[in-house]
Amino acid sequence: MLASPPSAVDDTVRKPCRLSLSDRIETWLPKIILAPTFVVTLLFIYGFILWTGCLSFTTSRMLPNYEFAGLSQYHALFANERWWVALKNLALFGGLFIAGCLAIGLSLAILLDQKIRGEGFIRSVYLYPMALSFVVTGTAWKWMLNPGLGIEKLVRDFGFHNFTFDWLTNSELSIYTVVIAGVWQSSGFIMAMFLAGLRGVDDSIIKAAQVDGASLPVIYWRIIIPSLRPVFFSAFMILSHIAIKSFDLVMALTGGGPGFSSDTPATFMYTFSFTRNQIGMGAASAMMMLMIVAAVVVPFLYSELRSSRRG
Amino acid sequence: MADSSNTQTQGSSRFGRYLIYTLLGLVCLYYLMPLFIMLSTSLKTLDDIRTGSLVSLPAHVTFQPWLDAWSKACIGVRCEGMSVYFWNSFRFVVPAVLISTLAGAFNGYVLTLWRFRGSDIFFSALMIGCFIPFQVILLPMARTLGELGIFNTISGLIFVHVVYGVSFTTLFFRNYYVTIPDELVKAARIDGAGFLRIFWRIILPISTPIVVVSIIWQFTQIWNDFLFGVVFSSGDHQPVTVALNNLVNTSTGVIGYNVDMAAAIIAALPTLFIYIVAGKYFVRGLTAGSVKG
Amino acid sequence: MGALSIRNVRKSYGTTEILKGINIEIEEGEFLILVGPSGCGKSTLLAMIAGLDNITSGEVYIGERKVNDLSPKDRDIAMVFQSYALYPNMTVRQNISFGLEIRKVPKAEQQKIVAQVAQILQMEQLLDRKPSQLSGGQRQRVAMGRAIARNPTLFLFDEPLSNLDAKLRVEMRTEIKLLHKRVGKTIVYVTHDQVEAMTLGDKIAVMKDGEVVQFGTPQQIYDNPVNLFVASFMGSPSMNFIPCRVAVLDGKFGLKMDTGGQTHVFPVEGASSALAAYAGREIIVGIRPEKITHKVDFLAGAPNFYVAETTIEISEPTGADTLLVITINDKNIVCRVHPDYAKSQGERMAFMFDMSKTVYFDPVTELRIL
Repeated sequence: MLASPPSAVDDTVRKPCRLSLSDRIETWLPKIILAPTFVVTLLFIYGFILWTGCLSFTTSRMLPNYEFAGLSQYHALFANERWWVALKNLALFGGLFIAGCLAIGLSLAILLDQKIRGEGFIRSVYLYPMALSFVVTGTAWKWMLNPGLGIEKLVRDFGFHNFTFDWLTNSELSIYTVVIAGVWQSSGFIMAMFLAGLRGVDDSIIKAAQVDGASLPVIYWRIIIPSLRPVFFSAFMILSHIAIKSFDLVMALTGGGPGFSSDTPATFMYTFSFTRNQIGMGAASAMMMLMIVAAVVVPFLYSELRSSRRG
Repeated sequence: MADSSNTQTQGSSRFGRYLIYTLLGLVCLYYLMPLFIMLSTSLKTLDDIRTGSLVSLPAHVTFQPWLDAWSKACIGVRCEGMSVYFWNSFRFVVPAVLISTLAGAFNGYVLTLWRFRGSDIFFSALMIGCFIPFQVILLPMARTLGELGIFNTISGLIFVHVVYGVSFTTLFFRNYYVTIPDELVKAARIDGAGFLRIFWRIILPISTPIVVVSIIWQFTQIWNDFLFGVVFSSGDHQPVTVALNNLVNTSTGVIGYNVDMAAAIIAALPTLFIYIVAGKYFVRGLTAGSVKG
Repeated sequence: MGALSIRNVRKSYGTTEILKGINIEIEEGEFLILVGPSGCGKSTLLAMIAGLDNITSGEVYIGERKVNDLSPKDRDIAMVFQSYALYPNMTVRQNISFGLEIRKVPKAEQQKIVAQVAQILQMEQLLDRKPSQLSGGQRQRVAMGRAIARNPTLFLFDEPLSNLDAKLRVEMRTEIKLLHKRVGKTIVYVTHDQVEAMTLGDKIAVMKDGEVVQFGTPQQIYDNPVNLFVASFMGSPSMNFIPCRVAVLDGKFGLKMDTGGQTHVFPVEGASSALAAYAGREIIVGIRPEKITHKVDFLAGAPNFYVAETTIEISEPTGADTLLVITINDKNIVCRVHPDYAKSQGERMAFMFDMSKTVYFDPVTELRIL
């Protein structure tokens, strides 16, 4: 009845009943495709981490040597005043940066969730800083915070003759300039994450709360925000990641200065490894950074895995 | 919320709405102000900068800072402006974006539709690559690039960005392909299509959204990178971000703030342009890999 | 040799055995149904036949050929999936001709086949649409068209109607049956819906926990279930199971039925030797709802027909008949009564039990005694 297409039977009756070569290639092809990435990951991620780890146990200075030195580099690291400044700055900057971005991001998201006209436009204005390099952001804010010509001068011109805003050149306060610039750059992204989360909240839960008589602020506080827990976690993880890695912003904004007052572990590592020829200590600082990241990420991933297995 | 209109009563909402819009407007100013200041400063003369204020418009608009920034400014030992470094960036960003996107697409395809024993473990191991602080690979990579002879070359930068970009692109494609039902591949196999044909004829044609996301995300990340640029290249082969930092931070004589600002905008233009044109894909990229589940 | 021969097929994933030795033989042109509850292994078995997954041990023969090591494309089969699995970026026409294209069928021939298929399934006007522009029923038809175009020796269906709404499901069921008549090919059809199994199949394999519990024609399975599971699985509304004590009366066997008011003893005609081992003990009596009706005068008193009067607990009119729930031996029993004769909830009514097709089960092994 149907004009019959060449039947598959004809081909295979002639071939032996074993897996043909092309079939064998087919089963291996997926693994072959994955192989380059596998090798690259193995070598350049895990292999390199091991390599850096090894370096941190040597006495390398300008060139790597593989003379085992135990934990001496780590001792030296933690005896180094500059490293402690860097750690302190990381905690300060990280804490304020994360808190600031979360607070601003969530508030903006809630505001934008109120059926705003022109929401798309406003959202793209809040988000565009993410498209910029941290170097550009650093450069811009460096200019704006310029003591003498920037905001300080602006406010003074308004009549507040004693206003000082010289944080950039003030060792005590230089790290806070990084906070200002960082929050400016990243809060929009956090807003986008929260907005997506808010949009995902089940309407029927809100309606049930309204029927129960709850007012809008109460609904937000008691029902919606708690349901955004996963978004909080994701945002926290991403922000802490950005904070720990922050190198570009610090270099462009303060260069780590004045002196090394706004140093972070990332700038410390760079300076010691590549300009001060202390590869061993640089490697040790890099391993410490890895451990700090692991300390944040591992609990997060663990809880994610647990909840996904349960849910 | 999808439908909050019934939570607002008529009377108080008016005032509330005005308040909200005002707040949102002020915040818009907060975000736009730096850009405005950069732009206006870049169009002023140095005198104007000294006599005027941060937020004032240029008294006389001048494009000289832009010309200087592009072709005359001294960065390191060369005084040819940002143009050299601008093109440097393009030369390594474009290939790196394309290669990492292609690799990510194939990887995502295999990891979702041709799973085998251990492929999930492989994926998790690959994802860790997204999380590591790159400081832990700088030293070994510098050595390796030196050994391979591609230290301080465009190829070297392409190599580095592909190696560390593949984790992200794989994540994007994998999360996208995970929504494709297995039965589609089964049907195609019964029809006689093999691994490559299925990818080429069926999967790739429906991948346009995620390909765009990946390209935009990777372009932005790689163009804006500073760390790899400053560690793995120097002098003539540096990317535009490193050049910008050098320009701004090495002061010989009078600091040309206007030139600095012009140079910053030049460095930012490509990614800003992409953002304006394809912004929504950018957002999708941001949320694709991050908010899980 | 038949069209499909499955010999002692086993499948394990790691240490879990999904298929525990399947043996099925069907002839060319037969419509085989694999039916069973979720997790019984029917979809896995289908995947084995299709070649989408490896067989741990055993053999599969399609026609004369042993196909264990052949990839799906070499087995000369076509498959229709539960989710239709249409290629989203191709038109209906391209979806149907994709397989032909791969086999390097000449363009003109491809067009001819597509046109023929479209005509059979009455979807000529859909040929240039994309799957996203089609309704569920239309997509199902395209999926079938794709299978027909390949003109294979074996058609495989994996729960193709499960995603359709009830009414559409009935329509498409008829279409599939008509198609089988027209095309005349061998079909293996997986479903969890026993109505589909009964109406479509020539042969049914009832599966549970990786084994074929019973294999036979629909009527055989319906009338002669081999155990409690098969009896309960097939038939809607399902068979009534009454735990009854076996009574001995004048050398004959009877079943004690307690309707809450009176106790009746229904004598069992014929083959009573099988019940000898259960004298005085409880067995499970299976009687289908349609065998319990209103009292029909000229049948009352005939062998195998018994009357008992009892109260109606619940009445469920379905239009075509009325289902009345009564209580016997403390169990709810469903009776299928003609609406004209059905009394109301709470009233007493005389019911007539046709015991001719009753089946009896051992309460422990759940196997059929008689």
